[in-house]
Amino acid sequence: MAEQHTTMLSLRGLTRRFGGLTAVDAIDLDLARGELISIIGPNGAGKTTLFNLVTGLDRPDAGVVHFEGQDITGLSPERLAAEGIARTFQLGRVFGNLSVMDNVLIGAHTRLRAVKPAVPVIGPLLELGLALLRPTSVRAEEERLREEVKAILARFGERLLPRIDQPAYSLSYANRRRVEIARALALKPRLLLLDEPTAGMNPTETAEMQSLVAELKAEGLTILLIEHKLEMVMRLSDRVIVMDEGKKIAEGPGEAVRSDPKVIEAYLGHGLSGTSEQESAA
Amino acid sequence: MSSWLDYTINGLIVGNVYALVAVGLALIFGVSRLINFAQGSIYLVGAYIGWVAVVQLHTPLPLTIIVVAVAAALVGLIIERFGLRPLQNSVRIAPLLATIGISFVLDQLVMLTFSPNPRALPSQLPDVRFQVGGGTIGPLDLLIAGVGLTSALLLFVFLRYSKLGWAVRAASQDRDAAMQMGVDVNRVNQAVFGIAAALGGVSGMLVGMYYNQIDTAMSLQATLKGVVAEVVGGAGNVPGAVIGSLLLGLVESYGVAVFGTSYRNLFAFLLLVVVLVLRPNGLFASARQAPPEPLTGTFIAPSRPVRIPRWALLAAAAIFAVLPFFPVSFYVLQTLINAWLLGMLALSLTLVAGTIGQVSLGHAALLAIGAYTSALLSMTLSVPVGLSIIGGGLMCAALGTALISPSFRLRGHYVSIATLAIGEIVSLVILNWESVTRGPIGISGIPPLSLFGYDLISPTSIYWFSFAVMVVLALLQGRLLTSHLGRSFRAIRDDDIAARAYGLSLNRYKSLAFIFGGFAAGVSGGIAAHLYSYINHETFNTQQSILALTVVILGGLGNVVGAILGSVALVGLPEVFRIAAEYRILIYGIVLLLLVRFRPQGLLGTM
Ligand SMILES: Nc1ncnc2c1ncn2[C@@H]1O[C@H](COP(=O)(O)OP(=O)(O)OP(=O)(O)O)[C@@H](O)[C@H]1O
Ligand SMILES: [Mg+2]
Repeated sequence: MAEQHTTMLSLRGLTRRFGGLTAVDAIDLDLARGELISIIGPNGAGKTTLFNLVTGLDRPDAGVVHFEGQDITGLSPERLAAEGIARTFQLGRVFGNLSVMDNVLIGAHTRLRAVKPAVPVIGPLLELGLALLRPTSVRAEEERLREEVKAILARFGERLLPRIDQPAYSLSYANRRRVEIARALALKPRLLLLDEPTAGMNPTETAEMQSLVAELKAEGLTILLIEHKLEMVMRLSDRVIVMDEGKKIAEGPGEAVRSDPKVIEAYLGHGLSGTSEQESAA
Repeated sequence: MSSWLDYTINGLIVGNVYALVAVGLALIFGVSRLINFAQGSIYLVGAYIGWVAVVQLHTPLPLTIIVVAVAAALVGLIIERFGLRPLQNSVRIAPLLATIGISFVLDQLVMLTFSPNPRALPSQLPDVRFQVGGGTIGPLDLLIAGVGLTSALLLFVFLRYSKLGWAVRAASQDRDAAMQMGVDVNRVNQAVFGIAAALGGVSGMLVGMYYNQIDTAMSLQATLKGVVAEVVGGAGNVPGAVIGSLLLGLVESYGVAVFGTSYRNLFAFLLLVVVLVLRPNGLFASARQAPPEPLTGTFIAPSRPVRIPRWALLAAAAIFAVLPFFPVSFYVLQTLINAWLLGMLALSLTLVAGTIGQVSLGHAALLAIGAYTSALLSMTLSVPVGLSIIGGGLMCAALGTALISPSFRLRGHYVSIATLAIGEIVSLVILNWESVTRGPIGISGIPPLSLFGYDLISPTSIYWFSFAVMVVLALLQGRLLTSHLGRSFRAIRDDDIAARAYGLSLNRYKSLAFIFGGFAAGVSGGIAAHLYSYINHETFNTQQSILALTVVILGGLGNVVGAILGSVALVGLPEVFRIAAEYRILIYGIVLLLLVRFRPQGLLGTM
């Protein structure tokens, strides 16, 4: 089928239960290469849990995840990172004691080659030896990655570059979110998952973030976005998926989803967490 | 040989005693996600208060039990109020280190008050035994069973029917939600620490009566056994802790029946390691639960390390290098040699505990592995001493990492427990594997240090040798920290979930950290073996692990220069002030507590 060709990520019947609660309930989803799909839904709908299932931080009770035609269900997060899946975290998980530079360099970890030869069994020992000896190839690789990091940080204007040697714990909240995104970009991801990238940001910062995501999409990156700010969702998304109580209750182009009575009811039933933010963002 | 029924009864009785300790640990873990390393010390205090009551005050048994319970509860309340409450909002490593420090301070205070010699603790009960089936049972067995059941009943009623008990249950289910509903967390903590301490104290007293002997080594054993039982039952699970305790008691009792007394502890710790590896959330938890520890907050105190200019480091190194040319006394050189040996151990621990965040409490076992390997290589295989020390380092890197690897999937407090247990396993194996280690006799006549065929016997040459080895190890470690491994280790420490999401394998990098750190510790142990010329299973003990930990905190976690500075300070200052040996460990414990409370980043800052 022609569709098989362009599908990058496909979920079938993905389910995760916590005790009596079904946090993710038989979710199906197809994400084409270069597409941006937003996942919205009231608090506790299961959006973050869905991300955890796709990135290997949690394992589904049922269902499968296919990535680029391969079954990746239940693979470890390390493996999935190596496959080119990068994510950011809703609450922001930067490495507090590492500098901005080091944080973003960790993002490039899966791309280390010279210092991490793919040799079985003694590979780790070689890595230790190379880290201590640092032959020219290793130093050149490190130097190249540092330049790349600077280029990535430059995408955030003057927000991060002047603070490149500061420890992440000393950054503002918004800057820590930016570091997370920079770290994800350093992985050179094939698939990028963003969990509420603008949470806690003011309208100016939100607008900046929105144009960055738009840029990434224009560059052809495939993106799965969780976002409460509907204005941003409407502008960026090719398609929107609405979740409520673990289930997918609507799917389609932004405007159609927005006027779907089921969606309105789900939001009203939970005390519309999206609208106020939508208005403030607008 | 007694019957199986006897072993079963013995197992259940001992299990009952463990349950009193483990239930307290489970209650505390439930509400504060903390493994209280001081629980065994309270048990020790309970035993000695029992001794004072019985032997000096001649109290009747019911009164003795009440006195012990009340006094121990008071100790628990003091620990909660002054040791832990001030740390509520600090980094995750702080309360862990605090309970370790408190435990050492309490043990030392008991030791200084009552002397380390064992004492008899008579049970005040008639010495008769009743026939039950094929076995016998005495009044003390019945008393222990009775106390166990009564405490379980009281605890059940308290948790189920009192308002405070409800608050405890609410807080252990979801602390944040409970706080929002107006539960006073301080009162809950108080209640839990008071109850845990009362149970622990009574347990210590009962064990003292059961064996008619108490001594200060009881503390660590009790903490370990209680934690084993609690972890087997599932951390924070109170009924699980009771079942885990009975199971542990039975496993030990049957193990002793088959293999002999000296294997008792080995079974306990093997049970722990097996459970941690196969079912880290305990026997009764569903296999895939959320991690038992909160994921937020930083592990170590964020700080900017003090930058020491290169010339100052070079100058300091030069001064120490030329020191023997000046008329310094033998005694000064001897003290500094001890500081360099401790410095190597501290380098190892600061990498493992500070840089990658695995707070190891079994580091002395690494010294032992290095020491035995080097001694045996040089004696039985006639390997030249310089090479045998390197052999000790390599063996320690390999064996130490392999032994500790079951703990790699654990986090925070569990790592400390697992490394403590692994340390105990190493010393038990050394004690029991007589054909290789010569068991309790130890190894004597170990050849002196030598290099390229020249014996290093003069203090000056030993001084230079150990200083040079330490400097080389420090330079290598400094280089490691500036490589991609340095940042990978620190990333894993700061947030292992995010690190995994970016492709960092925890097994791989924790192994590399332990391989590098194990080498340094093994070399230190190897040198020590040739300096002492005699070693046995007690030469390298938990006190050294704690001393190294204090050094590492003092210098700043992960800080290479700090580890060396800390070693010189903690070895040198007690000599300068001529502090008697028996007070030193007490002082290390107090220093640890003060640092955790007032300067968690240490002298030179965490890295
Ligand atoms: N590890 C866990 N253990 C138990 N329950 C969990 C766990 N993780 C999530 N849940 C529950 O699963 C449900 C879905 O949570 P999730 O975080 O996925 O929601 P969300 O859609 O991301 O919400 P938000 O918009 O608030 O971020 C919630 O009811 C949550 O309490
Ligand atoms: Mg979420």
